[in-house]
Amino acid sequence: MTTATLLRLAWRESRTARRRLALYMSSIAFGVAALVAIDSFAGNVTRSIRNQSRALLGGDMALQARNAFPAVIDTIADSLRMANVPMARVTTFASMALAEPAGTTRLAQVRAVGRGYPFYGAVETVPADGWARVHDDSIAFVDASLLVALDTRVGDTLRLGKQRFTIAGTLGNVPGDAGITAVIGPRIYVSERWLPSMGLLQFGSRAEYEMVLQLPASQQSTSSAALVARNLRRRIDPVAAALQEAREARGDDNERAGPGGGEAEEDTTVTLPLGVDSSAALATADSSSDTRSATTDSASAATGLSTRTPATRVRVRTVADTEEDLTEAVLRLADFLSVIGLIALLLGGIGVASGVNAFVSSKIDTVAVLRCLGATSRQVMALYVVQAAAMGLVGATAGAALGVAVQFLLPKVTGEFLPVDVAIQLEPLPLLLGLGTGVWVSLVFALRPLLALRRVSPLQAIRRNADPAALPSEWRDGARLLVDGLLVGSVVAIVLSRIGNVREGLATTAGIVAVVGVLWVAATLLIALARRTTRPSWPFELRQGIANLHRPANQTRAVTLALGFGAFLLSTVYLVQANLLGTVQATTSGAAGNLLLFDVQDDQAPPLDSLFRARGHEVVQRTPIVTMRIDAINGRSVTELQADTTVRRAGWTLRREYRSTYRDSISASETLASGEWFAPAADRNAARAANPDAPFALSLETELAQDLGVSVGDTIVWNVQGVPVRTVLANTRTVNWGRFEANFFAVFEPAALRRAPQQFVFIANVPAGDALSTVQRDIVRRFPNVSSLDLTLVRQTIGNIVDRVTLAIRFLGLFSLAMGVPVLFSAVAATRRARLREGVLLRTLGASRRQVARVLLAEYAALGALGALTGMLLSFGGAWGITTFLFDTPFDAALGPTAIIAAGMLLLTMLIGWLTSRDVYRETPMMAIRDAG
Amino acid sequence: MLVARGLTKEYKSGTQHLTVLDHVSFDVPAGAFVSIVGPSGSGKTTLLGLLAGLDTPSQGSVSLDGVDLNTLDEDARAKLRGEKVGFVFQSFQLIPTLTALENVQVPLELSGTGTVREAATRATDLLTRVGLGDRIHHFPQQLSGGEQQRVALARAFVNDPRILFADEPTGNLDGTTGERIVELLQELNRERGCTIVLVTHDPALAARTQRTIRLRDGVIVEDVFHTATHQHAPA
Repeated sequence: MTTATLLRLAWRESRTARRRLALYMSSIAFGVAALVAIDSFAGNVTRSIRNQSRALLGGDMALQARNAFPAVIDTIADSLRMANVPMARVTTFASMALAEPAGTTRLAQVRAVGRGYPFYGAVETVPADGWARVHDDSIAFVDASLLVALDTRVGDTLRLGKQRFTIAGTLGNVPGDAGITAVIGPRIYVSERWLPSMGLLQFGSRAEYEMVLQLPASQQSTSSAALVARNLRRRIDPVAAALQEAREARGDDNERAGPGGGEAEEDTTVTLPLGVDSSAALATADSSSDTRSATTDSASAATGLSTRTPATRVRVRTVADTEEDLTEAVLRLADFLSVIGLIALLLGGIGVASGVNAFVSSKIDTVAVLRCLGATSRQVMALYVVQAAAMGLVGATAGAALGVAVQFLLPKVTGEFLPVDVAIQLEPLPLLLGLGTGVWVSLVFALRPLLALRRVSPLQAIRRNADPAALPSEWRDGARLLVDGLLVGSVVAIVLSRIGNVREGLATTAGIVAVVGVLWVAATLLIALARRTTRPSWPFELRQGIANLHRPANQTRAVTLALGFGAFLLSTVYLVQANLLGTVQATTSGAAGNLLLFDVQDDQAPPLDSLFRARGHEVVQRTPIVTMRIDAINGRSVTELQADTTVRRAGWTLRREYRSTYRDSISASETLASGEWFAPAADRNAARAANPDAPFALSLETELAQDLGVSVGDTIVWNVQGVPVRTVLANTRTVNWGRFEANFFAVFEPAALRRAPQQFVFIANVPAGDALSTVQRDIVRRFPNVSSLDLTLVRQTIGNIVDRVTLAIRFLGLFSLAMGVPVLFSAVAATRRARLREGVLLRTLGASRRQVARVLLAEYAALGALGALTGMLLSFGGAWGITTFLFDTPFDAALGPTAIIAAGMLLLTMLIGWLTSRDVYRETPMMAIRDAG
Repeated sequence: MLVARGLTKEYKSGTQHLTVLDHVSFDVPAGAFVSIVGPSGSGKTTLLGLLAGLDTPSQGSVSLDGVDLNTLDEDARAKLRGEKVGFVFQSFQLIPTLTALENVQVPLELSGTGTVREAATRATDLLTRVGLGDRIHHFPQQLSGGEQQRVALARAFVNDPRILFADEPTGNLDGTTGERIVELLQELNRERGCTIVLVTHDPALAARTQRTIRLRDGVIVEDVFHTATHQHAPA
């Protein structure tokens, strides 16, 4: 038989089965859709990043610091100016914005930009021509949301610190800003020339300093820019640059915790412009906690070596750095989402397998005739493999089309979270890859059931009594072993290729295999149970329905697998969501007061206290913050410790700047892990009177103590703004960083720091409404540098973000449900023929429609209950693993809602069972006998 | 043409051995029209399956047109069937998804005989020959039982088989329609010199063949030549 003949025959023979086969193959569509959508979108985003990377940075290169630039930068700036290199400074900080004359206030992110910024891209404003005047007058451009919050309009006056601005327009797209930043804190853009007159940047103020350069055209290439960056680094800090170059030469520039504290200062910090640092929300957790977030500032703060390096670390970033960091972040996200796509794809594979199983049992007669007419088993296989491949292609194409549609919709959902304008276009590679993977998976999963067709005997054509479904199978069938190997190999290969990391890939594979294994065992147990427990005393319908579970060629395993997997996914997604959101809610409700003040200077604390007292408002908490660095541990200097390669220490812990506090008691968000809390004040004072040189008691956060390699009894000398403070570690604490409170790595006994220069964070309780806005306004007027935050607003803001995240998670949940449905259809359809024949027989023997329906319902109810329950139990394990190991939050099994999900799945199974078998009820016995015969 | 020697078929059912055919031997010369009769369970269908190479005997051998079927594996037997054997079944066994014409073309396509156009011409000719020239594009379910069986006959003859096996070809048809099928079988037998072996319950149909082999409990109890003068004793 020629290929053309084969294709022609395959096409003709598939005539009536095409729709059914396409339905089975559509199981694969959701998986392909997910992969195509995720990959294409990731491709779009990385391409957009590449195209807009100069605009993202605002120039070809940026020098960045978390404190005011050291003098060397001014020298460099001078020499660059001589060389006619355009440059602009950008200073970003949080400040209270006061609207006049309304008197309303709001914490905002202020960006003071120099002339010429941005060198690439443009700051969009309404009116469009407004930006051109920004350096000429005292004008400000603000987010539209700020106008609403302050109840003002364009043209009104806005006060930042001591400077008044006219609101000249609203901000649109600004290169490098993600839309979501405005939710956290509205943006205000002003000219940098007003920085001194605002008078906001004082001691300890948290601000980001940036100098953006535009390189001459000849030096804009990646390699030239890298060279310029290296030279700049050498000039700024020769020692650090030499160390980093040495590390780069060794190829371990990303090592973070190696002996001696190797760390790549420039490259480890991802400055995703999500406003993490300037965010109002995180500002309260202030002090040290934000260093634990993904966008750790440990690198920039890691100046520790007070003996040799300048106090401020300056990072030099090129366009390529920005591009690399962003692309990496996007690809990691895509990897994570890919897991959902993968599961969808594999679930689809299971759907295809059970659907093709049903298809095979309907084709046995035809195959027997073909065999009588001289078809070889190879020809038969070829005929149906061609059909399966063609339908797989149809399913995968449908999936790819859906994926492209989703790709075009995604920017509407994610646009605000991304710092770039994503240009959506068709990405041929992900499209082809998705198609190829889809066809391959559907083919590999279809092959196994199709192999059964080789064993169809031509005798079947003359022997009508043989059970067509119970085809003999052999364990040592070479072809089957080959197909099994191909199947397992394909699954592992696809998982590994999607999840680049081998360990994570293998863990994911193992997880999937474990879930499939548990479901398989559960189904096998059900089959055994059905065989043993049926009692003659049961009603006929129930007995018959349960017997269907263990009869030859039953689909118990396939249905349980499809259903269980669907229930597992849905329930896991729900549980993870519920647990994470639970944590966030606990976080926001933790704080006692509703008004938070930070950046309160030492001399501002008493007048602030009296201000509150005078109005009868309660100050709930007043937390002092003292900045410091480590000088020595157990008598060895930091330099010495860093050179010591025999002890493993995280380098950043030695170099970073610590924002610590002092107090007598342990707070509600902390628990003692080792040692004992500070002795009562009276005892300590007595002891100090006896021995004035004794070290002060210190408490460290457990993980930090481990990273530093210290335990209770060790001594640490701190450099508190030039003054050495000797301490002995009295205890370690575990800290719940998620709580909406000021949390600290290091807590000192009060005597140690009481006289050190310090700042305060206040939390006060002020009745909402006029009282609150009046207090805020008065504070801004009297203490312009102090930022105040209405926690109710923060809770709303977090609520908003949570809502967006919830929406995304719900989408994933719905998606997993949607992809489960065609699989379930396929699995149930696999038994349709047998059920039809049996139902018709029962009806011929006098069974009423109702009785036949009850038999089917009994069977599907048992299958649905098993699948849903097993999936639900598995989801407790899965969700526990994800919340505990990935998100590090406690797990709470929400039994009620998961039970509802399980019940829903059960009903869905019964509904699908009823839908696929409704022919039995609809037709007369005679007609059905003709059809099914 | 067809030589059966000591054909035995046993089935194992648990610990019990069931002998369905017991040392059956006979010869069918080329061009003969032979019927195999016997009550239900006498082994007729089993014998037909063995003779056509659809199944393998527990003992004994079948030689079809000089080829010992025991020496061939299933795929080689399929190939042989494609080249030399035609089938007609009680339930017609047309492929429901193919039209009458396509059904008749299948054996040609499987064996790769001739071009597509030649196959179509040949199939159309045969369908015209069995009186269905105007219904070649109909699907099996659009045809009556008799029409379906005529399509099956055309399909059986399309490859010019040396031998045709028919399993109760009139079993699902009413008297008149069955009669027409038998006439067609006889005509095709005469026209093409094709050997025909048919299994039937129907004594009237058996009487119209040249020779009747009667089976009971797996052994030949009678072997009658209706038109010839001599008669074999059961082997």
